[in-house]
Amino acid sequence: MQGVITVLALCFSLLSSVALAQPLTIGSKLYTENVLLGHLAAQSLQDTGYPTVHNEQLGGTRILWNALLSGSIDVYPDYTGTITEEILAGQGIGSRQDMVAALSAFGVGVTGNLGFNNTYALGMRRAQAEALGIETISDLRGHPDLRFGFSNEFMERQDGWPGVSAAYGLAPLNVTGLDHALAYRGIASGDIDVLDLYSTDPEIAFYDLVALVDDQQFFPDYDAVFLYRQTLPPEAVAALERFAGAVDETAMIAMNAAVKLDQRDDAVVAGEFMRSRFGVVSEQSVSGLWPRFVQNTLDHLTLVSISLGMAIVVAIPMGVLAAKVRALESLLLGVSSILQTIPSLALLVLMIPLFGIGALPAIVAMFLYSLLPIVRNTHSGLRQIPAPVMESARALGLPNALILRRIELPMAIPSILSGIKISAVMNVGVATLGALIGAGGYGQPILTGIRLDNTALILEGAIPAAVLALLVQGLFDLVEKRMR
Amino acid sequence: MIAIQDVSKVYGQTTVLAEISLTVPAGTTLSLIGPSGCGKSTLLRVVMGLITADAGQVAIDSEVMTPHNRLALRQRMGYVIQSGGLFPHLTAHDNLTLVTRYLGWPAEQECRRIGELCSLTGIDQDLLARRPGKLSGGQAQRISLMRALMLDPPVLLMDEPLGAIDPLVRYELQNDLRSIFRKLGKTVLLVTHDLGEAAFLGDRIALMQEGRVIQDGPVRELLHNPATAFVEQFVTAQRSPLQDI
Repeated sequence: MQGVITVLALCFSLLSSVALAQPLTIGSKLYTENVLLGHLAAQSLQDTGYPTVHNEQLGGTRILWNALLSGSIDVYPDYTGTITEEILAGQGIGSRQDMVAALSAFGVGVTGNLGFNNTYALGMRRAQAEALGIETISDLRGHPDLRFGFSNEFMERQDGWPGVSAAYGLAPLNVTGLDHALAYRGIASGDIDVLDLYSTDPEIAFYDLVALVDDQQFFPDYDAVFLYRQTLPPEAVAALERFAGAVDETAMIAMNAAVKLDQRDDAVVAGEFMRSRFGVVSEQSVSGLWPRFVQNTLDHLTLVSISLGMAIVVAIPMGVLAAKVRALESLLLGVSSILQTIPSLALLVLMIPLFGIGALPAIVAMFLYSLLPIVRNTHSGLRQIPAPVMESARALGLPNALILRRIELPMAIPSILSGIKISAVMNVGVATLGALIGAGGYGQPILTGIRLDNTALILEGAIPAAVLALLVQGLFDLVEKRMR
Repeated sequence: MIAIQDVSKVYGQTTVLAEISLTVPAGTTLSLIGPSGCGKSTLLRVVMGLITADAGQVAIDSEVMTPHNRLALRQRMGYVIQSGGLFPHLTAHDNLTLVTRYLGWPAEQECRRIGELCSLTGIDQDLLARRPGKLSGGQAQRISLMRALMLDPPVLLMDEPLGAIDPLVRYELQNDLRSIFRKLGKTVLLVTHDLGEAAFLGDRIALMQEGRVIQDGPVRELLHNPATAFVEQFVTAQRSPLQDI
């Protein structure tokens, strides 16, 4: 057991040292504007001479903020309203000085406002709003039967739905949470009537939506800024500060439209802005389908094989102990069962405070997740050995260790193998969620595809993930057949 | 010699063995017989050291079994059970050599011993490459016997060794077993529920009832001089093929 722990510790420290050896890391949230701003930061830092990595679309505000605090990322774009109303909620921050001081207490610096205010708004289809005579948020009070669909983060935030509904006294019958990009499709198809808007969304014009007047001035300003760790060298901070006042609302809406409506590559669009605004020329090549596919496959296989390998090394001894030591049986089976009941997405996010973002937390989460099937099948495989066989083995006068190695484990192999198969197939699926915390893999194109409403991209991740799961299943079936 | 002295075993409220004392002199066969649940198989497991008795002791060739010498003593006893005793994932050959490998026998010694046992038990060497699932019931029991005899132990313990074998093969195996016991001079403790088999293979018969030995002696004594009404009932409850015709 001691040896196993040492090996694990080695694996973890090796992986985390790889993660730490990375250059400056920029993070961005799940939506296009934030990804574009992330590209701008990365390209400016590169232009200043810093190697950078951009971990795109990592998640919501909480994940990015925690990743910044833990040092998993060095920079990410955010908005002043989000900082004061969500991150520093309840601290009564009234001025920029207050905000700078409060962030500084966390070791976080903030750049000047980039030049546009991407405020929240509630939006409706223009035709419907006019037909119902709705112009302000207050007007919604008279229409509780409208269907509201909000982005998941908006549903939770103090400056989001909980605050708006309280301030305006709204109690609609039908409110659902969904992805922001999907909400636009929902309102276009008529499945929802009211959604949350970012004022720089190009879809407002595209779908002919109208932003309802915030007649009680509930929403604060959301001026875009970069948040960065104060350990960043001054030259790097200067490379971020150059954007202060340099990105106005028109420019931002144009970039958003180029990516979301014209389906152009976000890094290329950011590169064009860098050239026209600062004269910075950088090669932003769009990686082709094949190199991208190969990279995603490698990432995915790495996630699955390392987590599964560690699970096998740990779970089989756990299963043996559970079968042999009555005092440990319910403890070991219980612990691995409880791990399995945690939703995989939640388990992934729970790993962030412990292991930061990237491959490491994903691997640890997948490792924990794959324990149960192997532990349980090892345990039951050993327990199912017929009593006469065990009696004969003991009657031969063989020591217990030899009986375990030559008789019990070989006889339990079919059961253990089917446990490993379950874990492997499951891991291939869970690994697609790894992209949410920056681990790459087939989840990456799926995530980008959802953001850009691009079905081809979604399939680019979904099909190989399904095929890989079938391949793994087939491979194990073949091995099982061979052994019979 | 097997010496069982005042052995008792209680499971919960049930007394399975009640102060049993029995001796099997060297080179003789004792048949343990009795109805199901009388404790005969439990007694065999106590002798093998697979179950620890609550009281009393067992000695093999006057060496008393303790937790310390249990593994070593087991290697001086061969054990054959009704069925399922062979390891299904190993070939017959590997079933035979599991112990000798562990004890570090040289290959040629192993090979010679297997040859001797094949001719003793009438097993074709070609069968040894098969796994137990590919052997007939009779072949599997012969291999089980070979495995029990690999180390040439002075003592054999057999628990219904022919219980699951069809009558013709069983008849043949009974003959073979008797000649093997005589030829090798083993001390044998045999559990069976068949009085005919007990009488044919055993020099003496011990009849058990509810954890006690009711009568212990040659078969004639049980037939002509039953100690209790139960013994009389048990020995006359054997059906002859001509009985009802």
